[in-house]
Amino acid sequence: MSWLIVGTVPDDDFPLVYGQVRVEKGLLRIGPHNINIARGTPALAATTCLAASELKIDAPYALLAGDAGRGGGSRKLYSHMVEIMGDLKMTGFTFHYLQPDVDWHNKILWAIQDKLNSPCLVADAGFMYVAKMSGFAADYDLFTPDIGEMSFLADETAPHPFYTRGFLLEDESKVEEYIARAYSEKNAARHLMVKGVKDYVVRDDIILSTISEPGVDAMEAIGGTGDSLTGIITAYLMAGYEIPRACHMGAVANRYLGLLANPTPAFSVGQLLPHLGESMEKSRELWVPDGNSS
Amino acid sequence: MRFLKSIFTKGSKKTRGVSERGIIVFHHTSEVIKAESLLKQAGLDVLVKGPPPEIQSGCDMVIEFPIINQLQVVDILKKHGIDPVQLVSVQDHLLEPVSLYNVKDFGEFLMVRAANMKITVDKKSLEIVNVSGGGCPDVPFLAELMVGQKLFEAPEPAGNGQTLCGYSLHLAYEEMKRRCHG
Repeated sequence: MSWLIVGTVPDDDFPLVYGQVRVEKGLLRIGPHNINIARGTPALAATTCLAASELKIDAPYALLAGDAGRGGGSRKLYSHMVEIMGDLKMTGFTFHYLQPDVDWHNKILWAIQDKLNSPCLVADAGFMYVAKMSGFAADYDLFTPDIGEMSFLADETAPHPFYTRGFLLEDESKVEEYIARAYSEKNAARHLMVKGVKDYVVRDDIILSTISEPGVDAMEAIGGTGDSLTGIITAYLMAGYEIPRACHMGAVANRYLGLLANPTPAFSVGQLLPHLGESMEKSRELWVPDGNSS
Repeated sequence: MRFLKSIFTKGSKKTRGVSERGIIVFHHTSEVIKAESLLKQAGLDVLVKGPPPEIQSGCDMVIEFPIINQLQVVDILKKHGIDPVQLVSVQDHLLEPVSLYNVKDFGEFLMVRAANMKITVDKKSLEIVNVSGGGCPDVPFLAELMVGQKLFEAPEPAGNGQTLCGYSLHLAYEEMKRRCHG
């Protein structure tokens, strides 16, 4: 399935680029550009690319713009994407590190709904924030929040995780309450993959499975491990797996990345990726229909 | 709140969701005019409005701005010697930023989390070994600047970031410094 990853590169001078990505010599390559895969959208795109290779499917496409936080690159990308939407023959999109902007978000979403045939919509990072902020969260197929972001989704008034109200503390023991609250306020996608000490795979306010093994403490500190998880899930979706199964196997594989690499909190996500093939194999071996909570 | 919603949704196609706008309250009208000019020069989408009646302090004009750019706004105003009375969310001007930190001790490493941002330091060398979390585009940029630097010599997120994620990272960074001072 053709899939588009949409996000930014942390360099204001990086141009707007579109194309199929590949990974060579530890760098993400798109057209003539080589990009460091330390974290963010380059880490997600590189993981998806490597995972797709493990699954023997074509690499994803990416639409990337340089943006170090001022938002100019994101707006350029949004504008271009609306223009070319009718030509994007994609079965799915994974939106990632982008400057939250409700007006542009709505233009993108409405262009997809007007011009494409119901592609799968995955949102993580800044685009998940703006999807919630817009009031159109329920139009998405999958969000991938961590516990702090889950609290934000549960707070109907918060425009950003920074303003999540104090009674919605990042308390892992209350994840199920936060999930219910997010759905009751229509601030959740149809599926959630909630990342934490225990991961939750959710569809329409029903917890389908949980994953807590293997647990590797250091993974929480390593930048890019959320990106690698979204990348693996994206690859499984590209391979045609249903969303709950893609999320469950993605979570297991991401945990095995940690187990096999045995990292300290000083590791980079790039040091985990050599174990991707074995981790994904493990996630498929351990999949048991209707019996996947650990 | 009805008043707030009416003035800040006027002319907008947005029909649902929460507001992505913030408001800056100033001491004097002259500051509003200067700030508006500076923020517009920086390419920010700002508008001068009347203040909501609930806000008693400050002058009789406020500036509405994209709340995601709060850190950039604060930085621009600070550089030009403007010290606003307050910056608040339009959605509910009583919203307070998160103020609690989550701290995790890995033995050799210490991680501090503020809102959605985490910073991790080697306790012995005080090197910043990782920055994680967040979702705005300045996060990977700040991580590239800071990882590998000594905690007390690293470029500060407040001076280099632009968004609320950058500001969250700054809070985590300040808390880490406070803890590592012993």
